[in-house]
Amino acid sequence: MIDWSESLQHMAPILAVAIAAGVVLIADLLPIPKKWLWVIALIGLAGSIAYSIWLLADDEQGSAFADTLVLDNFSAFFQILVAGATAIVVLASVGYTERFRVREGEYLGLILVAACGMMLMASTTDLIAIYISLELTSVSLYILAAVMKDARSTEAGLKYLLLGAVSSSVVLYGMAFLFGATGSTNLNGIGEAIGERYDDIEVAVIVGIVFLAGGFAFKLATIPFQMWTPDVYEGAPTPIAAFLSVGSKAAGFAMLLRVFYTCFADAEVADDWEVLIGGMAAISMTIGNLLALRQTNLKRLLGYSSIAQAGNILVGVAAISAGNGEFSIGAAGTMFFLASYAFTNLGAFIAIIAISNRIGSYEIADYAGLGRRWPLPAAALTLCLVSLTGLPVTVGFWAKIYIFNAAAQADLWWLVLIAVANTAISAFYYLGVIAQMYLRDGDQPIERRPFDIPLSFSVAATALGVLVFGVMPIPLIEAAEHAAQVFAA
Amino acid sequence: MLSFIIFSPLAAAAACLLVPRSRESSVKWVALLGSLVTFAATVALFILFDKDEGGFQYTERVTWIDSAAAGFELQYLLGVDGLSVALVVLTGLLTVVSVLVSFAIGFRQREYFFWLLVLEAGVLGVFCALDLILFFLFWEVELVPMYMLISIWGTGRKEYSALKFVLYTIAGSGFMLAGFLILGFEAGTFDMTALRDMEISDAIIPMNALFALLIAAFVVKLPVFPFHTWLPDAHTDAPTAVSVMLAGILLKMGGYGILRICITILPEQADDWALLLAIFGAINVIYGAILTLRQVDLKRLVAYSSVSHMGYVLIGAAALGEVGLMGASLQMVMHGLITGLLFVMVGLVYERTHTRQISEMRGLAPSMPFVATAMVFAGLASLGLPGLAGFIAEFTVFIGSFERFEAPALIGVFGVLLAAGYILWMIQRVFFGPADEKWAGLSLRVHWWEQTPVFMLGGLILLLGVYPTWLIDVMEQGVVPISERF
Repeated sequence: MIDWSESLQHMAPILAVAIAAGVVLIADLLPIPKKWLWVIALIGLAGSIAYSIWLLADDEQGSAFADTLVLDNFSAFFQILVAGATAIVVLASVGYTERFRVREGEYLGLILVAACGMMLMASTTDLIAIYISLELTSVSLYILAAVMKDARSTEAGLKYLLLGAVSSSVVLYGMAFLFGATGSTNLNGIGEAIGERYDDIEVAVIVGIVFLAGGFAFKLATIPFQMWTPDVYEGAPTPIAAFLSVGSKAAGFAMLLRVFYTCFADAEVADDWEVLIGGMAAISMTIGNLLALRQTNLKRLLGYSSIAQAGNILVGVAAISAGNGEFSIGAAGTMFFLASYAFTNLGAFIAIIAISNRIGSYEIADYAGLGRRWPLPAAALTLCLVSLTGLPVTVGFWAKIYIFNAAAQADLWWLVLIAVANTAISAFYYLGVIAQMYLRDGDQPIERRPFDIPLSFSVAATALGVLVFGVMPIPLIEAAEHAAQVFAA
Repeated sequence: MLSFIIFSPLAAAAACLLVPRSRESSVKWVALLGSLVTFAATVALFILFDKDEGGFQYTERVTWIDSAAAGFELQYLLGVDGLSVALVVLTGLLTVVSVLVSFAIGFRQREYFFWLLVLEAGVLGVFCALDLILFFLFWEVELVPMYMLISIWGTGRKEYSALKFVLYTIAGSGFMLAGFLILGFEAGTFDMTALRDMEISDAIIPMNALFALLIAAFVVKLPVFPFHTWLPDAHTDAPTAVSVMLAGILLKMGGYGILRICITILPEQADDWALLLAIFGAINVIYGAILTLRQVDLKRLVAYSSVSHMGYVLIGAAALGEVGLMGASLQMVMHGLITGLLFVMVGLVYERTHTRQISEMRGLAPSMPFVATAMVFAGLASLGLPGLAGFIAEFTVFIGSFERFEAPALIGVFGVLLAAGYILWMIQRVFFGPADEKWAGLSLRVHWWEQTPVFMLGGLILLLGVYPTWLIDVMEQGVVPISERF
C-alpha cells in the first residue's frame, strides 16, 4: 500500500516546483503584470530549497510511492543543486526574455517542468521512473532550445530532439537488457540479482551497461552523444544553454551515479565498467578540448568546454573503487565537482549574457578590451574562466584536485595523467578569452541600457560563490561527502 | 611570521589597486613601501633564524581542508629551514629590485605593481609551504601574474611568449600534481615533514615513474634541456623587472623543488636517476653555453646563460652528497643575485639605446660609464671570477660532483671556459671598441632608482664572494639533513 501522506511529504521539494510551474501557467492567462510570474517561479524554487534543507536538517530519509522515489542525502543534494541553478537561470532570464520578446509564461513554465524532471532523475530508484523523468526533462528542453523561433534556435531544437530521441531509445534498450537479465526494474533489486548470479547473466548485464552509459551520455554531453552540444549552446537562448550545461548535466550525473553505484557496485562488475567510463572520460575531455581550441564564438567554445568538463566529472564516476567504508570517494568527488561546476559555468554563461546583451555579439573577437572598458562583468567572467581551468584560488582548483585524488585512490593513474595533460590544453583557450579582454583594445560599442538588477544579482552571486568556495571549499566538500554516504563502498 | 611575509605583498597589491586613477603615478611608492616591508621581514627572519637548531622553524600549522576520510587533507603548513630561508630573503630582495627598476613603467601602473606583488606572494608561498597540496597551490598562483606581466608590459612577440610560459608550466605542474596525489595516497599524508621521515617503497605505478612525475614540473621550471625553450622567449619579451624575477627566483623554484621534494622524499629513486640528471646537467651547461655564444640579442644572451648556469644546479644536486647539494643550493642564490644584476643592466642599456641587438652597439662605455662598470662587474661574477659570488658556488658544485660523477663534473668545468668566452666577448662588443657616432648624445644621468639595485646586488655579490660563510652556515642547516638521507 502506498502511504500517501508520507510519500507526498518526501517528494515535497519536487512538488513545490511542479506546483509553481502550474501556477505560472495559469497566472499567465490572468490579467496581471508579467513580473509576477517571475516572482511565483522564484518562490516555488526557494520553497523547494528551504524544504530540502529542512528535511536534511531533520535527517528525514525514506521512500515514496512504493520505492519508486527515494529521499536520501543524495537526492536532497541534487534537488538543492538543481533548484538553485534553476533559480539563477530564472534570474538571468528576466531581461533576456524581455529583449528577445519570448513569451514569459511558456518559457518559465517549461523551465520549471524541466527542473522537476531533473529533480526526479536524481530521486528515482526504478528504471521506469528514471525513463519517465528523463523524458520529462528532455521534452521540455527540446522546446526551450527552439523557443526563440529563429533559424538557429529552431535548428538547435531539432538537433537536440533528434539526438535525444536516439539516445532515449538506446537507454530503453539497455534497460530492457537489464530487466531481462534480472527480472526487476527496481535498482536495488537489480543490484541484488547481479550480486547473486553475475556469472550467469554477465553478457546481458554488460550489454545493458554499455547501452545505458551510451544513452546517458546524451544528458552528460560526453561521447558518443556529444555532437549536439556546441550547436545547441549556440542556437538556444543563452540562459537555456546555461541551464543545459549545469542543471541537465548535474541531473544526468545523478542518474548515472545512482544506477551505476547501486546496480553495478559489486567489485566484479565494477572492474568491467571502470575502464569503459574511464575511456569515455578520457576521449571526451580530449575531443572537447582539442575542438575548443579553434572556436571563435564564445557560446560554441563553452559548448566544447562543457564536453571536456563532463569528461573531468566522469573521472569521479570511474573512481568507484575508491571508498573508505563511510562513503564513496568517487561519488563525493563527482558531486563536489558538479557543485563547483554549477557556480563556475553558470557564472561564465551569465557574465556572457550580461556582456553580450550590451555588445550584441558572442564573437570572442568582439570581447577585445572589455577588461578596461567594462571591468566588473569582465572580471566575473575572468574569475569563472580561471576556475574552469582549475587554477587557485577558485573553487574549480579544489574540485579538480579532489576528483583527481579520488581517481588516484582508485588506481586510475592513467586517467589522472590524461586529465592533467588536458588541463594544459584547456588553459590555452580559456586564457585566450581572458587575453582578448585584457590585452587588446577594442571598440565594439557597448549599448546603454537600464541596470538589470536580477541579472547583476546572479552574476554577483555566482562569482562570489566561485571565490568564497575557492578560499573555503570545505562546506561544499562536506555536503558532497555527506551525500555520498548513500553509496558506502 | 611566515604568514605575514606571504600575505604582506598581497596586502600591498590590494593597496596598489586602491590608489585612485588620477594619482596613478604614486602607485610605485606604495609598491616600494610594500616590498620594503616584506624584505625587512625576510631579513629579520634570516637573522633570527637559529642555525644550530635542526628541523623547520617558524612552523605554522592550521588544518585548512579536513577531509581525511577521503584521503584529502590540506594543511596550511608553513616552515623554513636553512635552504628555504635563504631563498625567501633572495625573493624579498629581488622584489625590491624589481619594483625599483619598474619606476619608469609608463602605463597601467596600478595593475602592473598589483601583479608583480601577487607574483612575489606566490613565490614566497612556494618556498615556505610544507604541505604538498599547499605547495602546488602556491606553485600555480604564479601563472596568472606572469601571463599578465609578460603579455601586457612585454615587448616583441609577448603574447606568444607569455602563453608558451604558461602552457609549459601548467603541463609540468599537472604531472607534478598527479605525482603528489599518487604519493599522498601511498603515504597517507601530504605533510612534507612527515614524508621525509618515511620510506616509501611501493605505489600504484613504478617508483621510478613516480619520481619522473614529481620532477616534471621542476625540470620545466629550472629549466632542463630539452624543456628549456620557453625560457629565452619569456625572458626576451618580458619587461626588465619580470626578467629579474623570472631568472632570479622563479627558476629557483625548480631547483628548490628537486632538492626539497624529489631528493628528500624519494632518495632511493633519486639515486637511480642521479646519473641521468648529471648527464642532463652537463648537456645544459654546454648546450646552453654554445647557444649563448651564438646570440645576437643582448637579453637573449643573458637568458641562455641562465640555462647554462642552471645546469650546475642539476649537476650538484645529482651528486647527492653534502658538498654537491650545498653547491647546488649556493648556485641558486648566487645565480639569483648575479643574473638579477645582469638583467637590470641589460634593462638600463635598453632604456638608453632602445635596441638590444649587439651588432648595433659599439663602444658604449664612454657614454654610459656607470652602466658599463656595473655590467663588467656582473659579467665577471657570472663567469666565476674568484672573489665574487659565482665562483664559490660553481667551485663547490665541481668538488661535490667530482666525488660521484667525474665526467659530468669535468664537462661542467669546461662550461666555465665557455662562459668566460661569451661574457667577455659580449662586453667587448657592446662596451669597447671605437664608439659609434649615434651614441654620442646619450645622457649620462643615472637615476637613483637605477643605481640603488645595482649597489644592493653588487655589494652582496662582492660580500658573498669574499666571505660566504655566513650564508653557508645557515644553508647547511637545511642541506645536511637532505644529504643524510643517503
